[in-house]
Amino acid sequence: MSAEPHYTLYHPKWYRPRVSVWWWLQNRAYTGFVLRELTSVFVAFFAMVCLWQLRALTQGPEAYGQFLARLRTPLFLALDTLAFLFVLFHAITWFNLAPKAMVLRLRGKRVPDGVIVGLNYAIWLVLSGAVAFVLLRGGW
Amino acid sequence: MVRRITPLLWLLFSAGGTIAALLFPVHLFLAGLAFPLGWLEAPRYEFLQRLVMHPLTRLYLFVLISLPLFHWAHRFRYTLYDGLQLKHLTELIAVLCYGAALLGTTMTVYLLWNIP
Repeated sequence: MSAEPHYTLYHPKWYRPRVSVWWWLQNRAYTGFVLRELTSVFVAFFAMVCLWQLRALTQGPEAYGQFLARLRTPLFLALDTLAFLFVLFHAITWFNLAPKAMVLRLRGKRVPDGVIVGLNYAIWLVLSGAVAFVLLRGGW
Repeated sequence: MVRRITPLLWLLFSAGGTIAALLFPVHLFLAGLAFPLGWLEAPRYEFLQRLVMHPLTRLYLFVLISLPLFHWAHRFRYTLYDGLQLKHLTELIAVLCYGAALLGTTMTVYLLWNIP
């Protein structure tokens, strides 16, 4: 960095109007974009809940009971409901964008977008079923 | 330094995003709503304790917690730049976001490692 101010010939100053912090509320597509970006906050929230559960689990039955009691409070039920909606939004937008992120070719032909999206949803269904199967078996 | 490992950060972002998309909805629905509200029978402590003893479960939990944290770090970093127009704080935001993800990963590894 030089101390001298840097001048560009014929460009004394760029014209850059200030944009409001709320620019994304004026257009539905922009709002959707920012909401999609915000899903990451809820992803991190639930990752931390998982970490917290793991810690409670390693500390013994009493600590684990306290963890479960905390999850039953209205605050956590509200947060978890909100987080569930955002995580669902993340999953749906993620799967729908998958064909744009990875282009698969079979025998030189591009696999249609619908097939890739469908495959993602199928894997989602199978994995969700498997997780539910393992965890629900533990209740008996 | 951040610029040099950018491809790795994008890889962690997409791997974490996929894990979060595939596995978080079901885990969040069960642990956050169905079990606390009594819609479904929650797994017992002894069952879960036996489950986390298994090395495969530990690997699963490591992937389940760590990768989505890096997904958050990467996406949230850009949310802060664009959404709040904090372009002048680029370096600080990057250090805080990836640092938090790294801290969470370290805690996860520590806990998983110390399970008897």
